[in-house]
Amino acid sequence: MIGPRLRAIIIKELWAVFRDPRARLTLIVPPLIQLVLFGFATTLEVRNISVGVYNRDGGAWSQEVIQQIAASPNVARVVMLPDQAALTRAIDRQQVIAALRFEAGFSADVTAGRGGTIGAIYDGRRSNAAQIVSGYLSRIVATVATSVRLPRPASKGGAIVTNWFNPNLDYLWFTMPALVAIICVVSAMSIVAQSVARERELGTFDQLMVSPLRTHEILIGKMVPPVLIGTFIATSYIILIPTVFGVPLTGSVPALYVALFFYLLALTGVGMLISVLSGTQQQAFLGMFLVTIPAILLSGYASPVDNMPGWLQVIAQVNPPTHFLTISEGVFLKGMTAAEVLANSWPLVLIAAATLTAASLLFRSRME
Amino acid sequence: MSAGFAPRRFAAMLVKESRQILRDPSTALIAFVLPMVLLFLFGYAVNLDTARTRIGLSMQDSSEAAASLAGAYQSSRWFDVRETGSVATLGRDLVTGRIMGIVVIPEGFGRDEATGGGTIQIIADGGAPNTANFVAAYAEGVQANWRAARQAEGPQAPAMQISERFWFNPGLTSRFFLIPGSIAVVMTMIGTLLTALVVAREWERGTMEAIMATPIGMGEFIATKVVPYFLLGLISMTLCALAGVFVFGVPFRGSVLGLFAIASAFLLPALGQGLLISAATKNQFMASQIALLTAFLPTMLLSGFLFEIASMPKWIQAVTWIVPARYLIPPLQTVFVAGDDWALYWPNIGVLLGFGVIFFTLAIRATRRRIA
Repeated sequence: MIGPRLRAIIIKELWAVFRDPRARLTLIVPPLIQLVLFGFATTLEVRNISVGVYNRDGGAWSQEVIQQIAASPNVARVVMLPDQAALTRAIDRQQVIAALRFEAGFSADVTAGRGGTIGAIYDGRRSNAAQIVSGYLSRIVATVATSVRLPRPASKGGAIVTNWFNPNLDYLWFTMPALVAIICVVSAMSIVAQSVARERELGTFDQLMVSPLRTHEILIGKMVPPVLIGTFIATSYIILIPTVFGVPLTGSVPALYVALFFYLLALTGVGMLISVLSGTQQQAFLGMFLVTIPAILLSGYASPVDNMPGWLQVIAQVNPPTHFLTISEGVFLKGMTAAEVLANSWPLVLIAAATLTAASLLFRSRME
Repeated sequence: MSAGFAPRRFAAMLVKESRQILRDPSTALIAFVLPMVLLFLFGYAVNLDTARTRIGLSMQDSSEAAASLAGAYQSSRWFDVRETGSVATLGRDLVTGRIMGIVVIPEGFGRDEATGGGTIQIIADGGAPNTANFVAAYAEGVQANWRAARQAEGPQAPAMQISERFWFNPGLTSRFFLIPGSIAVVMTMIGTLLTALVVAREWERGTMEAIMATPIGMGEFIATKVVPYFLLGLISMTLCALAGVFVFGVPFRGSVLGLFAIASAFLLPALGQGLLISAATKNQFMASQIALLTAFLPTMLLSGFLFEIASMPKWIQAVTWIVPARYLIPPLQTVFVAGDDWALYWPNIGVLLGFGVIFFTLAIRATRRRIA
């Protein structure tokens, strides 16, 4: 099936990637560091927060609220602030992310049934974290408020909230499957983008052209290393994520590999386009960088695709990671079946076909 | 190599380096195109302020109350009810991501509602934890508001409540922190990534040794490499700041002096790191990989720009202390949305300059060793 010419070019391309021991190391070590970094650093939960309190009320209710806040697992420290100036300074210097202010007579208002009001000031520079902290504090205050009126009958009914696929809403469970999609972009693209550009910069491109190799053989030869390395790194992730990080792997793994293969082909197609269009390795690297970052940010990993403006959602649809992210999350967490994986894979097949065709046409036109 | 400083030679070298930068199309790409793309993505694509969320509705009760509650979900400005059907069919849509949550109005809801209060079930997609939190909170809110509106008397006033104020960003626009953060990323790209790449290419091609054979001094030589990129970094930062303020509507409440002081202090360690990487690797591919791993990723992940440092495990928090961008983000956010606070700036600027000295010392030593 594989002719001698094709075999020769594949061996040559694999040598080109693996020959340099330092380059070999950069293929293995960074993905592992990224797994750990992303796994532990990228949490949108907010923990270990410091909350400032300026208490002008001497009563019991403010003490109760403060104690409940100090006891919250998300709060590391409650800082007592002597006056308003200290409160302003604590927020300005980012010593606390939120500060509560109890007016004199707060407890008296609560006891008398007039309803007490707590002033809360948040550091809006970190508006996202501040919003989450605001949610924590509101819940604590609401709990204390209910205890004031406990004798009255609570109203019946309400809502029962169930979180499927990830009952404790562990953020790691979301990040890890997404990382499989991201690491493929970073690894596969950085290899393939260099492949043609390096030959051109070193002048060996002309040698390839006068060799008896056909265009499609050269292209297949250049596609083998990124697909192999991508599969290798993805496999190590698929093994490490359930075993080391405890994320469940519930869906069809063989179907995941089918999707992974088309995903890597699609990425290789995009990377090949960049490589064919660049004259030097530096341009290829920058071109890759210029494509990788939007590809990751538009995939739905950084923020949901639904939140984007409509025309950006269209671009997100032709972005390979968007589709593979859905598949990867589905196979890890949601027990996605083979049929569902394949039904979600066809956009990847289309993207791969389109980009590889475009790359081979451009490649041919550059040869002549 | 003679040590004496010759102003004419220095000026000539500066002109040479600057021309080389301006002639290279990849410089324009990384210094102007990439920053704009990044700013644009953080301005439009990365939106943490949730829009309407697609949900499914499973109606198992035919009472008037159930229909009325379903209407409340359909007309809510937070939700877009895409599908209706059984929990089993909607569950498949939750798997494929067509919807992000399911609201179940169970059989007997109308009867329970008449006798005190019916219970609904909210199923959220835990695969996307942030959206799941949002779906749960707002779906409960819709039900609570619906019930309050149906009851003749309004809900009882709570015994205590919080009056909230978000300083500096009352509208809680995520752009206000994303745009200053992306400026930090841009300066890292120019300072470390571009410098490492370009200087590594000179090592690869041997033009570095050619220049070192001239009588130019080491400090002078490094300065001619650094000054053009320093200026390029400041120009690009200025462009981003202008775009951030005039295109994306981020406020600028501090002073221009403050912004330039902070940016300059950060560019020193960034450039020093770039030079160190290029001298240590002498290879473009390696330099680019190491710059990505040691400069770009830490600025994105460990600087506190997207993810709260205090929430990370202790040992990662320890690592963030040696990420220069960590000292850039607080003053940068402050100069944009809060206004000048030199008591916050000075310690951070001091640390950044300290990192600069360390990186440059190491870079000079690595360069010397390479020649020997």
